[in-house]
Amino acid sequence: MLNETQLWAIFDGTIVTLEIAIVAIIFGAVFGVVVALGRLSKSKTANALSWFYIWFFRGTPMLLQLFIIYYAIPIIYLDATGATFTVDPMIAAFVAFSLNATAYLAEIIRAAIESIDGGQMEASKALGMSYRQAMTKIIIPQTYKRLVAPLGNELIMLLKDTSLVSTIALFDLLRTTKTMASATGSWIYYIYAAAIYLFLTTIIQVVFDIMEKKLGIYER
Amino acid sequence: MSMVKLVNVRKSFGNLEVLKGVNLEVSQGEVVCIIGASGSGKSTMLRCLNQLERISEGEIYIEDVLSDKRANNKDLMKIDPVTVQSLCTELGMVFQNFNLFPHLTVIDNVTIAPLIVKKIDKKIAETRALDLLSMVGLSEKKDEYPSRLSGGQQQRVAIARALAMDPKIMMFDEPTSALDPELVGEVLATMRHLAEKGMTMLIVTHEIGFAREVADRVIFMDGGVICEEGTPEEVLLNPKEERTKSFLNKIL
Repeated sequence: MLNETQLWAIFDGTIVTLEIAIVAIIFGAVFGVVVALGRLSKSKTANALSWFYIWFFRGTPMLLQLFIIYYAIPIIYLDATGATFTVDPMIAAFVAFSLNATAYLAEIIRAAIESIDGGQMEASKALGMSYRQAMTKIIIPQTYKRLVAPLGNELIMLLKDTSLVSTIALFDLLRTTKTMASATGSWIYYIYAAAIYLFLTTIIQVVFDIMEKKLGIYER
Repeated sequence: MSMVKLVNVRKSFGNLEVLKGVNLEVSQGEVVCIIGASGSGKSTMLRCLNQLERISEGEIYIEDVLSDKRANNKDLMKIDPVTVQSLCTELGMVFQNFNLFPHLTVIDNVTIAPLIVKKIDKKIAETRALDLLSMVGLSEKKDEYPSRLSGGQQQRVAIARALAMDPKIMMFDEPTSALDPELVGEVLATMRHLAEKGMTMLIVTHEIGFAREVADRVIFMDGGVICEEGTPEEVLLNPKEERTKSFLNKIL
């Protein structure tokens, strides 16, 4: 069984995993709206920037993005300025996962906005609303229910993908348990890890199911 | 005073010219019914008035103030966007598919535009909304979501929602075309009531009986132009134009 030190180590690892996933989903959702609006914008510049952003962050491996932020940026900085500069691994993880989640969520949000009937925007304009008012008060609120399921999906993916941070000197849940398994030669730690991941993803699933029902209250 | 005036208005979508030079003037309190086959440009004409579509060429005046003047799909003169917006909100619009906001209750549907566009006080907006809802006979439905209402009820809420912005002119784009036959009457009754109260109305409709009863003027559109216009008796009972006759024969 686990001794107290191990228990706390696993607890700390779980917190690291959760922190990264939660920070990423929140930043991802907020900036995802911005990038999605850029993709929908009539402005060619906004459109191109958003397209490029999504193209890069969806098109390259998450692990590579993590390496660029954690390993490459300090080297680039050193070459450019001659001064050393270290990135806190937790910050690097927050940034990399947030940037990555933004790209995925932007596409989800864009599709949700485009799925709202065009008559809604016309009715808003006919009532004198500006594009911004129509988006924030009429169109985007109608996407919430449609966003819940893919958002839950993304959060579950993020929670599991955080195991990549073991490569940048962070002790997340998986790395903590793997270290214990190697040190003791016992497989039971992997079962603990699986149980905790399943426990967390179950909570996400249940909470998002409830949210979806609540948000759809106006749909008969 | 003319409420709306279109001068030689043309509208093209790509190579397809939908309006081919429309001239129309509507005076205060007048009820104008616009009939014609689909594709004749009736709806496009309404949508150009409040700039849901931008005209390709021509001039539009709302209450004798220029709201749009274009040629070759370009603005001929810069009109202040705030002026344009305030002119366009003089026009209320009711759509074929209601387009109520499904995530808002009936009363919120009616109050949202006055609250965020005109920024009026919430209490005042709600009192006004309740008055309008009772006028369309739906005050007891104020806390329902649109999905719980019949098509006829939804369309009456849409009328109340448009009226909440205190428009001077109401435009109806085939307001009963999406309704089951037994629900058409209640919407027409609401519109009749508005007409009796002196509202200036522009109505695209296929309800010939209704047009005959409430219209001061009937316009028959065909091929992107106004083909014939006159009193309901003239246009609907004794049409002069061959095209009007053949259209009326088809739908009556």
